[in-house]
Amino acid sequence: MTFSALRLDGVTRRFGGKDALTGLSLTIGKGEFIALLGPSGCGKSTALNCLAGLLPLSEGSIWQDERRLDTLPPERRGFGMVFQNYALFPHLSVRRNIAFGLQMRRVPRAEVRRRTDEAIRLVRLDEHAAKLPGQLSGGQQQRVAIARAVVLEPSLVLMDEPLSNLDAKLRLEMRTEIRRLHQSLGLTTVYVTHDQEEALSLADRLVVLRDGQVQQIGTPAELHDAPANAHVADFMGYRNLLPMKVSSPGTVEGSGLSFRATSSLPVGSDVVVAIRPEDLLVGPGGVPVTVEVVEYQGREAAVEARTLSGAPVHLRVTERPSPGDKVTVVADPARVLVFPA
Amino acid sequence: MTALRHRLAERGIDRQLALLLPALLCVLVLFVYPFAYGVGLSFQPSSGGVLGAYRTFFEDPYQRDTIATTLGLSLPAALLNVAASVPIAYRMRGRFRGKRLMTTLLVVPITLGTVLTAEGLLNFLGPTGWFNRILPGDAVRLTNNYWGVFFSLIITGFPFAFLLILSYLSGIDPSLEKAAATLGAGWWQRFRRITLPLLAPGLATTFCLTFVLAFSVFPSAVLVGDPAGSTRVISIAAYHAGYEAYDYPLASAIAVVMGVIELVVVAVALGLRSLFYTGTTSSGKG
Amino acid sequence: MKRRITASPGAWIVWGVVAFFFVNLAGVIGSVLVSSFGTRWFDTWLPQGFTTDWYGAAWREFGLLDVLTVTLEVSLLVVAISVLVGLPASYVLARRAFPGRRLLYLLFLLPILMPPITYGIPLATVLYKYGFAGHLSGVVLANLVPSIPFVILTMTPFIEQVDPAIERAARMCGARTHQVFTRILAPLLVPGILAASVLVLVRTVGMFELTFLTAGPDSQTLVVALYYTMSAAGIRAQQSVDAMAVIYTSMMLVLLVVALRYVNPTQLVARVKDDDDD
Repeated sequence: MTFSALRLDGVTRRFGGKDALTGLSLTIGKGEFIALLGPSGCGKSTALNCLAGLLPLSEGSIWQDERRLDTLPPERRGFGMVFQNYALFPHLSVRRNIAFGLQMRRVPRAEVRRRTDEAIRLVRLDEHAAKLPGQLSGGQQQRVAIARAVVLEPSLVLMDEPLSNLDAKLRLEMRTEIRRLHQSLGLTTVYVTHDQEEALSLADRLVVLRDGQVQQIGTPAELHDAPANAHVADFMGYRNLLPMKVSSPGTVEGSGLSFRATSSLPVGSDVVVAIRPEDLLVGPGGVPVTVEVVEYQGREAAVEARTLSGAPVHLRVTERPSPGDKVTVVADPARVLVFPA
Repeated sequence: MTALRHRLAERGIDRQLALLLPALLCVLVLFVYPFAYGVGLSFQPSSGGVLGAYRTFFEDPYQRDTIATTLGLSLPAALLNVAASVPIAYRMRGRFRGKRLMTTLLVVPITLGTVLTAEGLLNFLGPTGWFNRILPGDAVRLTNNYWGVFFSLIITGFPFAFLLILSYLSGIDPSLEKAAATLGAGWWQRFRRITLPLLAPGLATTFCLTFVLAFSVFPSAVLVGDPAGSTRVISIAAYHAGYEAYDYPLASAIAVVMGVIELVVVAVALGLRSLFYTGTTSSGKG
Repeated sequence: MKRRITASPGAWIVWGVVAFFFVNLAGVIGSVLVSSFGTRWFDTWLPQGFTTDWYGAAWREFGLLDVLTVTLEVSLLVVAISVLVGLPASYVLARRAFPGRRLLYLLFLLPILMPPITYGIPLATVLYKYGFAGHLSGVVLANLVPSIPFVILTMTPFIEQVDPAIERAARMCGARTHQVFTRILAPLLVPGILAASVLVLVRTVGMFELTFLTAGPDSQTLVVALYYTMSAAGIRAQQSVDAMAVIYTSMMLVLLVVALRYVNPTQLVARVKDDDDD
C-alpha cells in the first residue's frame, strides 16, 4: 500500500474520566521505525491499541495521507500487529497461522500459498511449518507472530513489547532480527517498549511518554544526549538525579556535592542535576565520597557511594575499589544536565 | 449521538452487551417473573386477607413444624457433610495412586440422585436388608423415619461436599504450608493457622451449597422417610398445598417462606465467611 | 522423602470412614442390582434364583420406551437451548466490565442457589396458566431455569482462559466479528462447550423436582416415572421397580463415564468461581 505519511492528531483516550493518553500528535513517515517508550502505565500500550483500532479514541483523529482511519474498525485499517505474548492461534499450525490474514482478505489460494511460503522462509521456520504453536520455543513463536503480521504487507506494523517474554540472550538476537527485517522490507513500524536500550538501538525516532503525556520526541542521539526533562533523563540511564541548588552562575551545589555546569536558571533556584554513572569520574580535586557497594561488571565495576551528606551516587570505574574506600569524583561540565526541580 | 456512544463505550456499554439479552430474558421470564407472581399470589388467599395464607401456615402447628423438621434434617446433615469432608480431603489433597478412581466413585452417588438412593436405602437398610443382617441382634429400624432421610442426605451430600472441599484445598498453594513448616509450625499449627483460614471461605460456600441440597429434600423424605410425621418437610407441605389441596396461594406462601429461610441461612454462612480472609489462595506471584 | 510404611492413627480413621462409606454405598447400589435380577427375595442373604424377566416386565408395564424417548428429547432440547442462550452471555460476562456486571452475575447465580421447589411451584403455576405445563415444552422451559445459569457459570472460566489478545490478533489479521467467533473462538471453546453440555445433560436427566412439578402423563422423564412407580409400590412387584431403577442407574453411569472424559469430577458438583468477592 502506498502512502507518504501517517498522522496522529491529538489522539486522546480516557478511561472512566481518567486520561490514559493525552494529545499525542505525531507524523510517521513511510518506512520509519518509531518507538514508544515509557514505564508501565505511561499510556504507550493505550496509544498502540488506539492506533490499531482495538480501543476507540476519546478525542483526536488518525490519518493516512487524506484518508481518515480512526473511524474504521481494526480489521479494515490494514495494519499488522505483533502482540506481547504473541497471541498465536493455538489450534492452527504455523503455516495456517501465517495464512490466516491472507484468507480473511480473500487472497486467491495460490497466492496465499506463495506468500505464506515466502514469509516462513523469511523468518527461517521452514522445518516447523506444520507444527502447532504449543510445540515451538519462545523465540520461534515470536518469529511466527512477526511473519503473521508482515505477510499482509501492512501499511503499518505495530509491535507491543514483542521481546519482553524472551530471555536476555534471545532478546538480543531477536532485536537484530527485527532490525534486519525492517531494513529489508522497509515496513513502517511503531514499536512499544519500556526498555530504553531496545528503543535506542532499533528506532529511527523515539516518543517518550509519562502519565499519558508526551515528554519528548526525537532521534536516539537527541534523547540520549539532551533529554528534555528529569523524567526523560531518568529513563535514558541518568542514574544520578540529585536535588541541588544553583550556588553561583556556572556552579551547582547540594547533596554534599558541587559541580560546574551550564544553566540558565537564576542563582538560588532548586534544581535536579542528572549525571550518567559513566560520566562521574574518579579523579583528583573532586568531591569526596565513600564507596559502599561494588558490583562486578566485566571490564568495569559499578559503584554505589555516599557523599558526606549521605546522598547515594552511582559511578563506573575501571579500577575496582573496596567498600569503605574514600575517593574523590569529578564530572565534565558539558555532561552535567541541570533541570528545574 | 456519537458523543453519547463514545461516553457509554468508555464506561463499557456498547452493542456487544446485547449478547446478554437472551439469557437475561430467560431468567427474567422463567425465574424472576414466576417468583414475583408467586409472591403476589401468596398475598391473595381465598380468605383471611392479605396475610391469610401466611397466617394459615404459621397458625397450624402441623404446617408450622415443618420448618423445624426441615432444619432439623438439613442443618445437621450439611454440617456433618462439611465437617467430615475437611479431615478426609486434607489427608487426600496430595497425589496418590487411585485418587482419580476414588473421586470418580464419589461422583456416582451424586448422579444417582435422591430417587434411586431412596430405593437402594429401602433395600439395603430395610428390616431384612443386608445391613441388618450384618448387625447382630434385633433389626434396627433405619428406614421410613428420620434416619432413612438423614442417610440419604449423607449419601448424596457427602461426596458433593468432599469434592468441593478437595478442589478448594488443592487451590491452596502447598508451598505456603512448607513455608510454615520451615518457620517451625507443627502439622496442627500449620492446619490451624495457615490452611484453615485460607479454606474458610470455601467451607462457607460448600456449606451453603450442601445446605441448599439438603434443604430442598423432597423425594427421599417421601420415599425413605415418614412423610406424614417425623419427616414431613416443608417441601412436602408446599407440594401438598399446591397439588393436592389446590391452594395455590398457600403453596406460594410456603415456597416464599422456604426461600426466605434458605436465604437467611445462606446469608449467615456468607456473613461468617466474610469475617475471614477472602483473597487469593496462591502465594504472592501467580 | 521416604514413604512411611506404618500409617498414623489419623490416617487409619480417615481411610476407615471412607471405606465404611464406600461399603454402604456398594450395599445401597448392590441391593437394588441384585434385587432386580432376583426371583423371590425374603429375609435371606440372596434371592432364591436369578432371572432377567423383571426387565422385560418393567419395559412393558411402565412404557419405558416412551419414557426414555421423552427423557432424551427433554435433555437434548435443554442442552441445545441452554448452550445457545448461555454461551453469548458467558462471553460478555467473561470479557467485559460494565456497570451492573456483578449484580447480573448474582442474578444468574440465584437459580442455582435456590432449592428448585421454591421457584418450581410458582413457575409451574405460571406455566399452567399459559398452558405450557403438562407438556414437553413446559418441562423443557422449567429445566432451562437452572441450566442456563449453569452453562454460564461453566463456560465463563473456559472463555477467560482464551487470551483476549488472540481475538485481537484475529481482528488485526482482518477477521470480522463473526469470523472471529467461527474461526477462532468456536474451535478453541469446543472442550468447554462439550463439558457444559455433558454437565447440563447429567443434571437434566437427574433433575427430579422441576420435572415432577411440570410434567404431565406424557412428558415424564425417567426419574419422575421411577418416583411414581416407587410411591405406588405394592401394586407392582418390588423387583420390577428395581429393574427400572437399574435402567436409570446404568443410563446415569454411561452419561457419567462420558462426562468424566471431558470434565473434572469437581465440576460435576458445582462450578463455583468466587466471582462475588473480586
